[in-house]
Amino acid sequence: MASLTLRDLNKTFGSVEVLRGINLEVDAGEFVVLVGPSGCGKSTLLAMIAGLESVTSGEIAIAGRLVNNVPPKDRDIAMVFQSYALYPTMTVRGNITFGMESRGVPKKEQAAALARVAALLQIEKLLNRKPGQLSGGQRQRVAMGRALVRDPALFLFDEPLSNLDAKLRVEMRTEIKKLHQRLAKTTVYVTHDQVEAMTLASRIAVMHQGRVQQFAVPRMVYDRPANMFVAGFMGSPSMNFVPAEVVADEGRPAIAIAGANGPAVVLPLPEPTPNSLGDRGRRVVLGVRPEHLTRYDRRLREDKPHLATLEAPVEVVEPTGAETMAVVRLGEREVIARFEADAAPVVGERVTLALDMARACLFDAETEALI
Amino acid sequence: MAEALRYDPLGPSGTWHRQRARLLVYGLLTLFALYYLLPLVVVILNSFRDLPDISRAGLIGLPSSFSLSYWPIAWSKFCVGGTCAGIAPFFFNSVAMAVPATIISTAIGAVNGYVLSKWRFPGSELLFGFMTLGVFMPGQMVLLPWAVVLGWLKLTNTTAGLVLIHCVQGLSFTTLFCRNYYVNIPDDLIKAARIDGAGFWRIFRKIVLPLSPPILIVTVIWQFTNIWNEFLFAVIFSSGTHQPITAALIALSAGGTSVHQYNVESAAVLIAAAPPLLIYLFGGRYFLRGLTQGALK
Ligand SMILES: Nc1ncnc2c1ncn2[C@@H]1O[C@H](COP(=O)(O)OP(=O)(O)OP(=O)(O)O)[C@@H](O)[C@H]1O
Ligand SMILES: [Mg+2]
Repeated sequence: MASLTLRDLNKTFGSVEVLRGINLEVDAGEFVVLVGPSGCGKSTLLAMIAGLESVTSGEIAIAGRLVNNVPPKDRDIAMVFQSYALYPTMTVRGNITFGMESRGVPKKEQAAALARVAALLQIEKLLNRKPGQLSGGQRQRVAMGRALVRDPALFLFDEPLSNLDAKLRVEMRTEIKKLHQRLAKTTVYVTHDQVEAMTLASRIAVMHQGRVQQFAVPRMVYDRPANMFVAGFMGSPSMNFVPAEVVADEGRPAIAIAGANGPAVVLPLPEPTPNSLGDRGRRVVLGVRPEHLTRYDRRLREDKPHLATLEAPVEVVEPTGAETMAVVRLGEREVIARFEADAAPVVGERVTLALDMARACLFDAETEALI
Repeated sequence: MAEALRYDPLGPSGTWHRQRARLLVYGLLTLFALYYLLPLVVVILNSFRDLPDISRAGLIGLPSSFSLSYWPIAWSKFCVGGTCAGIAPFFFNSVAMAVPATIISTAIGAVNGYVLSKWRFPGSELLFGFMTLGVFMPGQMVLLPWAVVLGWLKLTNTTAGLVLIHCVQGLSFTTLFCRNYYVNIPDDLIKAARIDGAGFWRIFRKIVLPLSPPILIVTVIWQFTNIWNEFLFAVIFSSGTHQPITAALIALSAGGTSVHQYNVESAAVLIAAAPPLLIYLFGGRYFLRGLTQGALK
C-alpha cells in the first residue's frame, strides 16, 4: 500500500497558482526527494502534506487514509524544519519529549523513547542544554531526534541541511542516509540541492513552476531527463545544450550541429532511434553532459561504440583538482567538457573531442521535451 | 564600509577635534538631565522643610530646616476633603485600581497579540488596524460614552468602573506591543508544536509565554505607570473616598485651609509618584531592553 498519495493537488494563494496538478505515489519505506529551484512550491507542498497549509483542490492520503481535513497532529507525521524550529526556552530533553507530553504518553514510555533516540543520534550529553547552547550540527540532530521519537507513518524534511556549512552538510547527509537505511521509514525530503537529491533519494520528483516535471529514480532523472529543465537542473556543471537538426548520414539517422567554424558536424545517432525522432529537418536540441564530452583517445572506442568526434578550440580551463573542466566553442555555443587532470587542454588548443552519443539526449526544440 | 567610515563623536580616538565633540555631547546630556531632575529635587527638599523656612526662602530656595515629620502627616493625618486620614486610603484606591487593570489588560493584550500574529484569520490585519487606532484616540473623546456605559453597568464612582475603563483603554497598547513582539517569533515554532500535538492554549503557555518576559515587562511597566498616573478618568468618574491618588492630590491642594502646607503636599506628591518611580528604577533596564530587543534569535 502506498504510504502517501497525492491526487491532482492544486494550491493557490489568492490569485497565484503555486501548485498545479501534483500527482505522486510514495511507496512504504521510500525516500522521495522533492527538488527544484527556489519558489517552485516545494515547501508549500510539504506543508500541505503536513496539514499546515490548506488544500485548494485534490486529495492527500497518508497510509491509505484521506487526510485533507485532518489536523496536523492526527496525520501521523513528523517534520524537520529548515530553521529546526527548536523551542528556544526548553532543554533538548524538553524539545524531544514535548510531543509526547502533548499526547499524554506516560512518563516511563517517554523516558524510554528519549533514551532510544538520544543513543541513536548520539546526543545523550546534550539533553540538559538549551538550543542556544548548541552548534548547528547539534541542533540539526536534536531536530531529527524530535521527529524520530514519534515513530510516525511519514517523515517530512524541509531543507534540513541548508543551514549547515558545506562540510557538515555532507556529513549529515551521509548520516541521514544511514538512518534511513536502518529505519526504512517513508520519507519526503525537500531540497534545492540536486546533489543531495541524487545521493539520498530512492526516487526524485523534480519540480518547476508548481508542476512535477519528472518523478523517477535518480539514475533515470540524470540519464534520461524528461525535459530540458530537468536536464539543466540536475547535474553540476549542468548539461550542455546545442541546437541541432535531424539529418541522414549515408542513409542512417544522424543530427547536424554547427561546427567550430564553417561546415556542420554530423553526429550519427545510435540505433535503434526512438520512434519519435521525426523526419529530416526537424529542429532539436542536443543535450550532452560534460563528462560525456572529453579528449578523444583511441582506447575510448573499445567500450563506447557510439563515440562521435569533433574538433573545437579551448577558451577557458578550470582545474578543480580531480578533474579539469574546459569551456570549448562549438559553433555559436560555448560548451563545457570534462578532462582527466593529466589530459587537461591548454587555452587556445584545438582539441579533438569524443562525444558519447549513447549518453546524449535529444530534446524537441519547441516543447523542450525529451525525444 | 560607509557605515564604518561614518563620523562617530563618541568613538575612542583621541584627537582634539573628537575630544571637543565628545565634551559637547556629554555637556548637553548633563544639562538636560539637570533640567529634568531639578523639579524633583525641589519637591524632595520641600518635603523636609518647615513652613516658615519655605515662606522665607521661597519654594526654590536652599533649605535651612529639616524634619521627617511631614511624611507621616501626609500619609495618615492630613485632611483631604473633610476626612483626616491622610492620603493612605487614596493610595490604596490606586493600588486596587492599577494592579488588576494592569494584569487584566496585559493578559488580554498578550492573548490578542498571540492571535493576531500567529493565528491570523481573514480580516485579522484589519481588526488589528482598528485596535491600534485606539492608541491615537484622545481620552476626552471617550468620556461621554464611558459615563453612559458605567451608568448602565452601575459602576459609576467605583474602583471596578475605573478598572474596566483602564482595561479597555489600555488594550490598544498592550495588543500592539505584544503583537509586534510575537510576529518575530518564527512561525515554524508554532507549526512544529502543532505537529507535536499542542493546541492553541498549550502553544501559548509552553512556547509563546516563556518567550514573553521582555515584552510583558514592558507592557506591565507601561500600563501600570499610565494607569497609576492617569488623571482625567480618575477625576471625572470618581469622587469622595473612591478617588485614586491622582484625583485626591487635587482635592488636597485645594483643601479647606487657606494656608498651603507645601511640605506636606510635597511629601504627598512624592508618595503618589513613588510606585511608578520605583518600578521604573527596578524595571527600567528591562523596559529599555524589551523595547529595543528584536525578540529572539
Ligand atoms: N502564504 C503565502 N501567500 C502567498 N504566496 C505564497 C505564500 N507562501 C508561499 N507563497 C508563494 O508560493 C511559491 C512557492 O513557495 P514555496 O515556499 O513553496 O517555495 P519553495 O519551493 O519552498 O522555495 P525555497 O526553495 O525558496 O524554499 C512562492 O512563489 C511563494 O512566493
Ligand atoms: Mg522552501
